[in-house]
Amino acid sequence: MTAKSRQRLQGLLFGVIFGFLLQKGGVTRFDVIVGQLLLEDFTVVKIMLTAVAVGTVGIHLLKHLGWASFSPKRGSWGRNAIGGLLFGVGFALLGYCPGTIAGAIGSGWLDALVGGLPGILLGSALLAAVYPKLQARVFSRGEFGDLTLPRLFKASDWLVIAPLLAIIALLFLLLERAGL
Amino acid sequence: MNWLSEARWSPYAVGAAIGVLSWFTLLVSRHPLGCSTSFARSAGMIERIFRGRKVDEKPYYREVRPEIDWQWLLVIGMAIGAFLAAWLSGDLAVLWVPERWAAAFGTAPLPRLLAALSGGILLGFGSRWADGCTSGHGISGAMQLAVSSWISACCFFIGGILAAWFIYRVVA
Repeated sequence: MTAKSRQRLQGLLFGVIFGFLLQKGGVTRFDVIVGQLLLEDFTVVKIMLTAVAVGTVGIHLLKHLGWASFSPKRGSWGRNAIGGLLFGVGFALLGYCPGTIAGAIGSGWLDALVGGLPGILLGSALLAAVYPKLQARVFSRGEFGDLTLPRLFKASDWLVIAPLLAIIALLFLLLERAGL
Repeated sequence: MNWLSEARWSPYAVGAAIGVLSWFTLLVSRHPLGCSTSFARSAGMIERIFRGRKVDEKPYYREVRPEIDWQWLLVIGMAIGAFLAAWLSGDLAVLWVPERWAAAFGTAPLPRLLAALSGGILLGFGSRWADGCTSGHGISGAMQLAVSSWISACCFFIGGILAAWFIYRVVA
């Protein structure tokens, strides 16, 4: 097997696990995602922040052992804040995100397959069409490159990770106490 | 193996498992979890059917090559994995209109389809504008402690919460 096809096979297998987990977690369902955005059901936030907490510790250990390297994305306010807000409006209208829609399609949702999927492809193509203009006029606003939180706060990785974990734990405690 | 047929798992267990999964994708495949780039690559591959090879010369597609890669198969795998999970719990059903939508706007498929299409357009456009989605920024980038990802993830939810409030509390 060539290196390329081995990579692709790995991607497929990791994807099966990821999709399985998302479905079991309930987040391939429109009702759960919209429930989160209406602040009635905190499943999405619980899954994402637990993944971030567990993932952060593990991948930083891997980095310190020299077994993995990071690729933090470069960004700017014009790119991440405006793009993020547009994404959010689409997220609420569609009720799935690019990852969970794959799972929604797999579990039989036709609104995802017939409406959402062509929409995402069309939206991606539209962005590709206007990319050079946006790059010149918007993406360059408020650039910060591949800045990370430890560099922003001039602190070591673990000095940022420890309070981050504490904040996530506190949030979970408050959510459970509120019965959410 | 009863747990495999349970309809829902604890969100904390699922989140922890996704966190562990992200160690292995980085260690084994040298890729963080992410999804939305694959939709851009697919859009390029579809455009190529109509417009030929000159699609590859577009500035965007010079950066995001319209080709099948690790992440593209990850997304295909995700549909298969969710199919298996839903099938094991007897959750597999072919449906048009989710409950929450039906409660607000009725059970007719067409309005839901139009909302999904327009939401999809915004989501695709916004994810490529922000250079990532709920998994690429919200999970993988956040755990790399990238500032771009934390800003994006916060804005996904700010935009989403405001829009959901408007759609379900004002319009409906």
